[in-house]
Amino acid sequence: MTSSASWPIFTEEMRKTHTILIPDMLPLHFSLIQAVLEAAGYKAAILKNEGRQVIDAGLRYVNNDICYPAQLVIGQFIDALQSGNYDLQHVALLLSQTGGGCRASNYIYLLRKGLEKAGLTGIPVISFNVAGLEGQPGFKLTFKMARKLLAAVVYGDLLMYLTNKVRPYEKVQGAADALARKWLQSLGQNFKDSGAPSFGTLKRSCLAIAKDFATLPTKAVKKIKVGIVGEIYIKFAALGNNHLERFLQSQNCEYMLPGLLHFLIYCVDTYVVDYKLYGGRLTNYLANAAAKWYLQRLEKVMRKALAKAPFSPPSSYEETKALVKGIIGYGNNMGEGWLLTAEMLELAHHGYNNIICCQPFGCLPNHIAGRGMINRVKELADHINVIAIDYDGSASQVNQENRIKLMLATAQR
Amino acid sequence: MRIGVDIGSTTIKLAALSDDGQLLFSKYERHYSQIALKLLALLKELKEFSPHLSTAKVAVSGSAALGIADRCGLQFVQEVFAEKIATEKLQPQTDVVIELGGEDAKILFLGRHFDACMNDSCAGGTGAFIDQMAALLNVETKAMNELALAATDTCTIASRCGVFAKSDVQPLLNQGAAKTDLAASIFQAVASQAITGLAKGRPIKGSVLYLGGPLTFMSKLRDCFDAKLHVKGLCPENSLFYVAIGAALCAEETADLEALPELLRTASNVSSLAYASPLFADEEEYAAFSERHRKATVPTSPLAQATTAFLGVDSGSTTIKIALIDEECRLLASFYQSNKGNPVVAVKNYLAKLYEDYPDLKILASAATGYGEDLIRHAFGLDYGIVETMAHFFAARHLRPDVDFILDIGGQDIKCLKIHNRAIDNIFLNEACSSGCGSFLQTFAEILGYDTQTFAQLGLFAEKPVDLGSRCTVFMNSGVKQAQKDGISVNNISAGLSMSIIKNALYKVIRPGSKESIGRHIVVQGGTFLNDCVLRAFEKEMGQEVTRPNIAGLMGAFGAALHAREKYLADPKPTDTLNAMQLAAFFHKVLTVTCGLCSNHCHLTVNTFAGGRRFISGNRCERPITHCDPDDSFNLYRYKLTLLEDLRKARRPDAPLGSIGLPLGLNMYELLPFWHCLLTELGFDVVVSPIENKNIYGDGQDTIPSDTVCYPAKLMHGHIKWLLRQGLQHIFYPCMTYNVAEKGTDNCYNCPVVAYYPEVLKANIHDLSQVHCYFDYLSLNDPKILAKHLEAMLEEDFPTVERKDIRLALAKAYDAYDAYLQKVRAKGLEMMAEARRLKKPIIVMAGRPYHIDPKVDHGLDRLLTTMGAAVISEDAVAPLMPPQEVFADLHVLNQWTYHSRLYAAARYVTEHDDCQLVQFVNFGCGCDAITADECRRILEEKGRIYTQLKIDDIENLGAAKIRLRSLFSAAGLPAAD
Repeated sequence: MTSSASWPIFTEEMRKTHTILIPDMLPLHFSLIQAVLEAAGYKAAILKNEGRQVIDAGLRYVNNDICYPAQLVIGQFIDALQSGNYDLQHVALLLSQTGGGCRASNYIYLLRKGLEKAGLTGIPVISFNVAGLEGQPGFKLTFKMARKLLAAVVYGDLLMYLTNKVRPYEKVQGAADALARKWLQSLGQNFKDSGAPSFGTLKRSCLAIAKDFATLPTKAVKKIKVGIVGEIYIKFAALGNNHLERFLQSQNCEYMLPGLLHFLIYCVDTYVVDYKLYGGRLTNYLANAAAKWYLQRLEKVMRKALAKAPFSPPSSYEETKALVKGIIGYGNNMGEGWLLTAEMLELAHHGYNNIICCQPFGCLPNHIAGRGMINRVKELADHINVIAIDYDGSASQVNQENRIKLMLATAQR
Repeated sequence: MRIGVDIGSTTIKLAALSDDGQLLFSKYERHYSQIALKLLALLKELKEFSPHLSTAKVAVSGSAALGIADRCGLQFVQEVFAEKIATEKLQPQTDVVIELGGEDAKILFLGRHFDACMNDSCAGGTGAFIDQMAALLNVETKAMNELALAATDTCTIASRCGVFAKSDVQPLLNQGAAKTDLAASIFQAVASQAITGLAKGRPIKGSVLYLGGPLTFMSKLRDCFDAKLHVKGLCPENSLFYVAIGAALCAEETADLEALPELLRTASNVSSLAYASPLFADEEEYAAFSERHRKATVPTSPLAQATTAFLGVDSGSTTIKIALIDEECRLLASFYQSNKGNPVVAVKNYLAKLYEDYPDLKILASAATGYGEDLIRHAFGLDYGIVETMAHFFAARHLRPDVDFILDIGGQDIKCLKIHNRAIDNIFLNEACSSGCGSFLQTFAEILGYDTQTFAQLGLFAEKPVDLGSRCTVFMNSGVKQAQKDGISVNNISAGLSMSIIKNALYKVIRPGSKESIGRHIVVQGGTFLNDCVLRAFEKEMGQEVTRPNIAGLMGAFGAALHAREKYLADPKPTDTLNAMQLAAFFHKVLTVTCGLCSNHCHLTVNTFAGGRRFISGNRCERPITHCDPDDSFNLYRYKLTLLEDLRKARRPDAPLGSIGLPLGLNMYELLPFWHCLLTELGFDVVVSPIENKNIYGDGQDTIPSDTVCYPAKLMHGHIKWLLRQGLQHIFYPCMTYNVAEKGTDNCYNCPVVAYYPEVLKANIHDLSQVHCYFDYLSLNDPKILAKHLEAMLEEDFPTVERKDIRLALAKAYDAYDAYLQKVRAKGLEMMAEARRLKKPIIVMAGRPYHIDPKVDHGLDRLLTTMGAAVISEDAVAPLMPPQEVFADLHVLNQWTYHSRLYAAARYVTEHDDCQLVQFVNFGCGCDAITADECRRILEEKGRIYTQLKIDDIENLGAAKIRLRSLFSAAGLPAAD
């Protein structure tokens, strides 16, 4: 019912003329996603601008009480548009919209409000979602493109997992990241040259990647193992977490982030669970159940490749889900919901006993599934160390890093 | 020898140990952000103590030590870890360490499950907070302890965060509360804040150790912790040096003490902070700036020649301002002074001196404004009271008739007034959480060792002002900490703080669409703008020149005097202002009592003045003054409460299935009629937790895991505890992703907190594991599915309940819920019709169903009815609007049921000129970041005033009162004074 009638629409013609700007979240994944979009005939650019002026633009054009990710992403868009680097007549903005009871579903509206305030009203905004929240005639998620995007997520997760596993122990510094870059190049090219990869192709590529990483020379040293969970944007995006990964590297730790695929499976599973709890349209349920089945097949491909390489693969979605049975309800599915709690336990299960729970200051779902569950998680696994860290435009980095240092100091003994 | 250095936010501590761990030398000092210099001085003293020492194992620790460690290549030990090591060596029996530092508070749980908690980014306070409070009370920090020891009573002070507590203390002070009691209350707030904010539900017991400055120097503070924790904690020898000792014990790297001073001196000031451009390029630019602002002066006339005058008194949060004007509005005399915690004395002295020096001067009329308006008015018989926003407006309009925007930054608050057609069009006040204004700058200056003026001067020519962010003062504290760490000069910090204050005002309070939309003729005032750095920062940020009157700090008093003059000219009646003789006999006695007229137990401050005149403050209703029950005939909030209270009383002691408990909070405030009917019909005796119970919050406080969650959610912990105390074995509180579906919305979610709070309760209140919790995921939108889930839920414990019983009960429950809504709506219509007949203003208090909880709205509903308004809730007017019409033009995703009612209510108000909307927003309510902007848009597009009241656990209603009175004035409503 909500009006967006007056806002410019991303038309068919704009596909050729307009560059679609996408805020970065996961550099590995997003570079592949860019390749997929380009293969489908779109012009796309991943935004990498950061720094004080991004935060300031967010503060200026977005309600200061809204979550930090919204401030950052909108600030990043507006900062980019005001930078003079883009032809404002020929850009469009793409933002993912999750749907669900979290405030995040409203980001796109906040973006429009922000653009309006900044006097940037002529720029089309594309909502990237699977819930069918907003239609844009020029941007169509075709079946082929969707399959490619999912393949990009699988490759991205795999590369992220492998670099995080190998990097702390590599003999030649920078070798793991260099190898990842090499693969990004060739995978990106593949997306442009050929159709959506079949399961066979996926299997072969994943195995080749994993084996490639397995051959990198490593040294046997003991490092503190840190797991990172939290709100999806803050935990992944360096802009959101003040380059948390870089900091942990400087502190000589091994760290691990659960993959994006888990989150996607969780998102479709939400509809499956809600159907069982509250009813709804059967077709909707069936579509999501099918999507879940497909995503889980992808997950299996990746886990098998890792096991064969050989690396110990992360837990499967169902294994992770089983960890919180009886601890938090599966109906708890706004934002990261029960998955956040489950990921803490999953990481601990794999030896990442020091867990950083990253959240935007005042994040609503995190009150429940993050902070709200920490006492419970510690009861279940008293050997783990969980700290919750708030991120915010004005929270000081010293404080955040000091807390992490404390966690590391107590972990050592 | 081993040396440990602990560099905290305000002090530096050095401990030297012998190789076998004996403490040989220790010393601590405040460092006033000159960390390298002070460390040099300490090392020099160590050198005197032990002249032959050339190398030693050295480690540094503390929140401000990282920079030094990096630059001088010294070993760094995390401070909590250092503290742990020291405690394990010196006091091995310890179970829990509580350390309060300058700006940190820490609790360490030792033993097998080591755990450490540090204060969150938003709960600053502790040492620096006590300093700030001491400054507020106008006593030395050291004297706080003695004051507290002499206390006879304590007042409620919000313990959540330093800024909140401050906004509680200030009005109490202005109302005349005793300093001794306040000091004790402040200590209690610190203890409560540290315990609940940090431990997050983990019990503190066993052997407790107190460390750090405040706990070392203040015995009463330790007593407060003891009392709260029911323990007898120990403050050991060398309690200030534990971190330093721990660092020394951890020191592994040998440092060359001869070379260290040189390293410290040359340590370059590398910093990761961002900088802004200088405020002034050169002295010349500053001269031109000063010249320009000298032009905005108020005409004066010598007092000695005047025979008559009008008196205006502005009793602000920290200062008292007085203006005398003549009939031509010329300023005869003015007075501006810190109120030193007692505004009455300041005014009395001023008047006495005035009467003595000018015995022939006749005061024709007088008016008071500001926080202490009521007190001053009653004390000295001033003729009129005027809400401070209006006083500021009158003053600015007098000076600059074309003014279209006024920004006033005072000691405690920011006021922004948008002027349209020579009337106030809109008002923005800062929320309690961002009140980092003038007094903050002052306190910071003092912490860094300067007086306010010198501190301001320092910033003028700062070359690289440091960017400190724009949130609340507590965040700024951290920013300053980082700046100190990075060795930023005081000049640059001063300039940076000025810029932060401006950014805070602009982006947190005013939130302009664009700078141009603020206005073209801006007047800035308030004492804070006398600081040229702040003024310049504002002009730079705005990109335009503004007017600062030479009496910027006096504008409130000047406006009050103008008001008195205007009133007098319209109706020249003799003044009640105390004359010289009456003043000579003046006395002022303060008594604090606890009101026993209802369960609120307000702490009343009774001021008695000469002639037996009395002024009572601290009351939340009129009962202690009028001794009548409040009149709720135009109060839909109270009507809803009576309906719910009736349900609470509807018990069934003989119910076949026994008792089941329901916590009355959050969505239960609307769904109680539904669940109550359902469970009663099924055969339960339904026990509902109480509405009026002051201790609910405190009872559950220690089990709250996230202290930034909204206050209504926090209350749930206490409700559950209450139910558990009744010995109930069954508690029902379902998780509800979806709310009731209402027509026309995009979806019908609950907000994540309302939806899933039962999960938090189950995970954090241990005793819940001993009872049967029915916290299942339910939705009311499909009766068949609901029946199925209810059957499954009850199957195990109540096998006799059958599906068909549930279906029957459900049918009745849906009817009961509908009947409740209808009753509320009908009553709302009736009240509005009657209000319209009596020409009473109608205020739509738009919030959530749980805002009717008197603990959540703090009795603001009754405040409004005493001001003469009819109070209607949002759910009574929302259904009056056709959904298609309202929701068609929303600029947000309308997916939460409660929130969509706000939009409908706002639309209703735009179509009815006799209605005003006041929106309740809980601190930390994420959804309201969206709804507030949207409601504002809906109202302002139709030229209506949007008023927001931010509420939390703060007891004091001062800010809300100003806002509401301003609304009444701006909307031209008749207000019962």
